[in-house]
Amino acid sequence: MFRTAFRPSLTSLARTAPTAALQSTSAAVLRRLLSTETRSQIQKAVESSPLVLFMKGTPSLPECGFSRAVVQVLDLHGVPAEKMKTFNVLVDSELRSGIKEFSEWPTIPQLYVNSEFVGGCDIVLGMHQSGELEDLLVKNNIIEAELEPAVQAASA
Amino acid sequence: MPVSAADLEKAIRDTLPVTHLQVVDESSGCGDNYSVLIVSEAFEGKTTLARHRMVNDLLRVQISQIHAFTQKTLTPKQYDAQK
Repeated sequence: MFRTAFRPSLTSLARTAPTAALQSTSAAVLRRLLSTETRSQIQKAVESSPLVLFMKGTPSLPECGFSRAVVQVLDLHGVPAEKMKTFNVLVDSELRSGIKEFSEWPTIPQLYVNSEFVGGCDIVLGMHQSGELEDLLVKNNIIEAELEPAVQAASA
Repeated sequence: MPVSAADLEKAIRDTLPVTHLQVVDESSGCGDNYSVLIVSEAFEGKTTLARHRMVNDLLRVQISQIHAFTQKTLTPKQYDAQK
């Protein structure tokens, strides 16, 4: 289902740095303050879908093990394609540096659910293991609760 | 300049009271990929996200220089429970 996930090109964000070939300039870009325009573009991206993942590569072709791990976990939970959007930061160096500043988070991938920052790979995997991720996805109407028979009925 | 495991360890110890700290270089020596386990009472009462933000913040410079950084942040209680 991830293969059909919407993958916007973010051309508007790529205006000043259209290709990954320009990554040598990223050190300078990193130190620059996030412009109001970039910030509002990223805000729009964050709000563009109930679940938004900023990653390296695409769901069908992740280009980093951490991004791959998050994609696999979301797939495992059956997140429907129409409720998620992914943005490939490798094709957009302004997004790549901008999202770090926007989220105040130094690494990629980054997961947003209903415009709330959830975390990076470590946090998403940890939440998956503890069951919190499923709760979060259910609570935000991204997936439906498992219809298993309630073993522990709320009778107490 | 590559970031060494000792750099990370020092930066963490200088800022957080740690009862257990493990810095693992997972880059086969090039200093590009680290995984850390931090056990500290400073994490008590904080969400995982808040803990990770604390660590990201205190290692801001180092993380910007390395490719990959994985962290696990536990309170002493959680760490003991895991054993």
